[in-house]
Amino acid sequence: MIFLTRKAEFSSAHFYWVDAWTEEENRRVFGKCANRNGHGHNYTVEVTVAGEVDAVSGFVVDLKQLKDILDHEVISVYDHRHLNLEVPEFRTSIPTTENIAIAIWKRLENKIPNAKLHRVRVYEMPDLFADFYGEQA
Amino acid sequence: MKAYLSRRYHFSASHRLHSERFDEGRNREVYGKCNNPHGHGHNYTVQVTFSGQVDPVTGMVCDLADLDAFAKANLIERFDKTNLNLLDCFANRVSTTENLSIEVHRIFLSFPAAHLERVHVEETSNNSFDHAGSQLPAPGTL
Repeated sequence: MIFLTRKAEFSSAHFYWVDAWTEEENRRVFGKCANRNGHGHNYTVEVTVAGEVDAVSGFVVDLKQLKDILDHEVISVYDHRHLNLEVPEFRTSIPTTENIAIAIWKRLENKIPNAKLHRVRVYEMPDLFADFYGEQA
Repeated sequence: MKAYLSRRYHFSASHRLHSERFDEGRNREVYGKCNNPHGHGHNYTVQVTFSGQVDPVTGMVCDLADLDAFAKANLIERFDKTNLNLLDCFANRVSTTENLSIEVHRIFLSFPAAHLERVHVEETSNNSFDHAGSQLPAPGTL
């Protein structure tokens, strides 16, 4: 089994807010991230797939194909967008780094031919990242 | 749904690798330039990984502000700009980064809001050490 990781970047705006809470409660829990004017990050996503090396091509997956899937399913939807306002999954969940990792997993699951999605890692900044290994993990 | 959250913290400290159980010659042999009697220092990076269910309301494994406050009080304020050899935890142990990883793991085990999976301590960009307590890290999570 070989693990192969592809990295991509996107830049997006977001804020943290629970409608059912008062403004004070949102500020207490989320601090400056609760500013409803939003703020932004340069995110890095690392997608790790697991599979066997093809005896002929020497690939686990075709890297160009993996890049195209990642671009189509994630980057084109998230990049230079406001996650809360423009990305459907974040109408019902807060775009925390944890939830972004889960959302990207759901967007990619079963879309990668010949390999199994192993891990989605999302960096909000170099010192903060979240990993998701699927619901079974 | 279970997710893993990792956060990196930085501190700078001095140390000297020296074992009371070795004579001077043996200390120099084992620890080389790290045995310099005057000590030397590093910019350390500590990466802690916690796991837990993502709270359906907040979207968080744990509150980062709480984790940062815990790290500030229990890691940064204790280690930053210190001589590691003079700290209680190294009174009877050599201040290698292996032993530092074990101490950092012990510290973050008492953070109550999520499950500590492992700590990863970088002494330089070329040396790093991982400690996951008595358990092996989950496969593929390093």
